Amino acid sequence: MTELVFWVFAGLAIVSAFLCVTRRSPVAAALWLILTLFCLAALYVVLDAQFIAALQVLVYAGAIMVLFLFVIMLLNLGRAGPSDLRGWSGRLTALGLGAVLVAELWAVRTVLPAEHVRLPAGAMARLAETQGAVGVITQSLFREYLISFEVTSMLLLAAIVGAVVLAKRKL
Amino acid sequence: MLLGPALAVSAMLFSIGVGGVLLRRNAIVIFMSVELMLNAVNLTFVALAQQLGPQGQVIVFFVMAVAAAEAAVGLAIMLAIYRHRETLDIDEFSLLRG
Repeated sequence: MTELVFWVFAGLAIVSAFLCVTRRSPVAAALWLILTLFCLAALYVVLDAQFIAALQVLVYAGAIMVLFLFVIMLLNLGRAGPSDLRGWSGRLTALGLGAVLVAELWAVRTVLPAEHVRLPAGAMARLAETQGAVGVITQSLFREYLISFEVTSMLLLAAIVGAVVLAKRKL
Repeated sequence: MLLGPALAVSAMLFSIGVGGVLLRRNAIVIFMSVELMLNAVNLTFVALAQQLGPQGQVIVFFVMAVAAAEAAVGLAIMLAIYRHRETLDIDEFSLLRG
């Protein structure tokens, strides 16, 4: 059952990702990307990462994609103009390099982590049961990764200031 | 155990993202392809976190924060460029060419 859910959403994610990079209109591309992000959230649930799935929907499919759509609307790019796909040489390059990349990553796919570092099967699900889906992440986020967490807040502040400076006509 | 299939899906999504960057000229669509690649890597992290412990999920959290910052700054740059050039075709942007 879990595997069936996984493959349904995996197939949907790949198809909509493909449509995202081939649709002519940027709005259509953005909407297909949103579908891909939702499917990835479903895959995260299957892979025992419920909190990350919720974040994916809130931050990615919500905030970031709204930002994208907002800019597309602001620049009035909604109507499909002349195709921005590259010519045949560009398409062949993209296809060739993409195929090589798939082959390489496909070869890595079967490599399993070493036996002595691997957790027993179902360990993450049990951890989520005892600590809660949020607790699993926050336990290490606010202990081992506390400094990184604070640095991230500085990064976001810098991004906000940078975005205002760049996008404003006159300061 | 869905580690192998998840890594395969992630490989496909990442390659589609790379193909999108190479294939398109519209800067916003290229940007969306980069987001797709970030998401493919996140899927790898989550799949491996299932076997190696919750640290992988923490890294996904950081990747999302960085992606949000990147989207804000990148889209602001695109607004600024569009205001000057009236286009988002990256073949037109050759300011840094020597």
